[in-house]
Amino acid sequence: MLKTNRLSKTFGGLSAVSNLDMELKQGELIGLIGPNGAGKTTVFNLLTGVYVPTEGEIILDGQNIVGKKPYEITALGMARTFQNIRLFDSLSVLDNVKVASHWHSQYSLASTFFRLGGYYAGEEKMTEDALELLRIFYLEDKKDELAKNLPYGEQRRLEIVRALAAKPKILLLDEPAAGMNPNETQDLMYLIKKIQNLYNLTILLIEHDMSLVMGICERIYVLDYGKIIAHGTPDEIKNNPRVIEAYLGEEA
Amino acid sequence: MKQQQRNILIGILLVAFYFAMGFAMDYRIIPPFQQVNIYLMGINIIAAVSLNLIVGFTGQLALGHAGFMAVGAYVSAVLTLKLGYPFIVAVFAGALASFLLGILIGLPTLRLRGDYLAIATLGFGEIIRGILINIDYVGGAAGMNGIPKMTTWTWLYVFTLFTIFAIKNFLNSTHGRACIAVRDNEIAAEIMGINTTYYKVLAFSLGAFFAGIAGALYAHYYFLIQPTTFTFNRSFDILVMVVFGGLGSLTGSIIAAIAVTALNALLIDFGGLRMIIYAILLIVIMVFRPQGLLGTKEFTFKSLFRDKERGDSVC
Repeated sequence: MLKTNRLSKTFGGLSAVSNLDMELKQGELIGLIGPNGAGKTTVFNLLTGVYVPTEGEIILDGQNIVGKKPYEITALGMARTFQNIRLFDSLSVLDNVKVASHWHSQYSLASTFFRLGGYYAGEEKMTEDALELLRIFYLEDKKDELAKNLPYGEQRRLEIVRALAAKPKILLLDEPAAGMNPNETQDLMYLIKKIQNLYNLTILLIEHDMSLVMGICERIYVLDYGKIIAHGTPDEIKNNPRVIEAYLGEEA
Repeated sequence: MKQQQRNILIGILLVAFYFAMGFAMDYRIIPPFQQVNIYLMGINIIAAVSLNLIVGFTGQLALGHAGFMAVGAYVSAVLTLKLGYPFIVAVFAGALASFLLGILIGLPTLRLRGDYLAIATLGFGEIIRGILINIDYVGGAAGMNGIPKMTTWTWLYVFTLFTIFAIKNFLNSTHGRACIAVRDNEIAAEIMGINTTYYKVLAFSLGAFFAGIAGALYAHYYFLIQPTTFTFNRSFDILVMVVFGGLGSLTGSIIAAIAVTALNALLIDFGGLRMIIYAILLIVIMVFRPQGLLGTKEFTFKSLFRDKERGDSVC
């Protein structure tokens, strides 16, 4: 479903990602792990079109999406969350979610200005969809609060809700459990599994919390200095000497 | 109180205000030499609200709003004075010309992230002035004289309300939310599927459209327009109203447009001191209320009746 061929990105002389070959099949939940600065978020930025790769291809459903704008890639069925939360601070929780459903619930500018029927039908549909998602993530009763006033954990959940509102086929989660306590992480694991089944999603997950990654991912890619150093099931990864070396350093 | 009842009440108040003001002006309860300020308030409201759409809601700093007013004023004046078209056609033609120029300037500059638009619009305002001075057909530096006085109280009121409600409707829609999302976080907005360039250009050229209307109304009230009528100072005045009222508050812009216009009228006797008092006032506002009068909040009847409503729901 999503495949990268020899994907590379250099910033000046620094090679952030080099010759990355990854493949996500329909319905998989894949982990992407690696030490800090390994290039994980750069991979997300390449996949979503924020950065243009120096070399290589990104194939989504058989189509090369390199060079497409981020909003075009979203319309092709990819959505993501951000490691450093990027909500729309001055909009309400509900409106944050509705922004993401913008591209598929369009009504015309004419019906916007003159409040024609299309406007009301479109808005109602968007609100309904948004509320349904908020309910799943226990945020329904916060719908009228400003996004910036939510506590940290709820902002993280809202990021996921907002990404889902774009109705993606592939969801990229960038450290969704960052800053959460073990209980919250447990809840989040359950929620990620639930939405995966509910919306038939393919998920790529960046996470430092190993209990989360090992607990729910079917396959894991390990990245270090922009290169994939290991790939396999959680059990294989746990015992892979190169992974242990990357995380803990070489034995003296 | 229900939404529908509230809308009816607002409608009644707006109609009542129209007749009350019309009566007061016809029977000279408001003296004729003060009426000019009423018209100026209406025109400034249109200009401020439309600039707020660009600067306050979409977050793109534009410094050439008077340039778009000039385009609206000259195009409409040529149509009525020289070619004999009806007023309403001239107003919309002026607005449309502004709109198209907005797209022309917006497209190359708004593709980029950052303050390129501020520089481009600053230059645009000066270019428009330079061009108008050099076209003899529109009177050159002397400007256009004898424009028919077609901006009546009714037209002014209708166009002011039209502007406010059109922009309000735009903002309370998926398109308006897209603009606000661009302001709040451009990267996230683009990732969430919003064509940020499209919405920045749309907001900018819509703002230019309504500035064109303001210019056309101005031309057909003041009888005379000159290139110097629409200098950077006027752009700056409108920006002051927007900042004063609150970036991202329509009602704030309306209140500020009225207040600043009234203040200008009051300070007119002070002559040279006027700009100094004006500047001091600006500094004071920015020190004590940097977010403007209303910030991003809106003044609504709902907020007025909120306490009562809560009482109702308890019973």
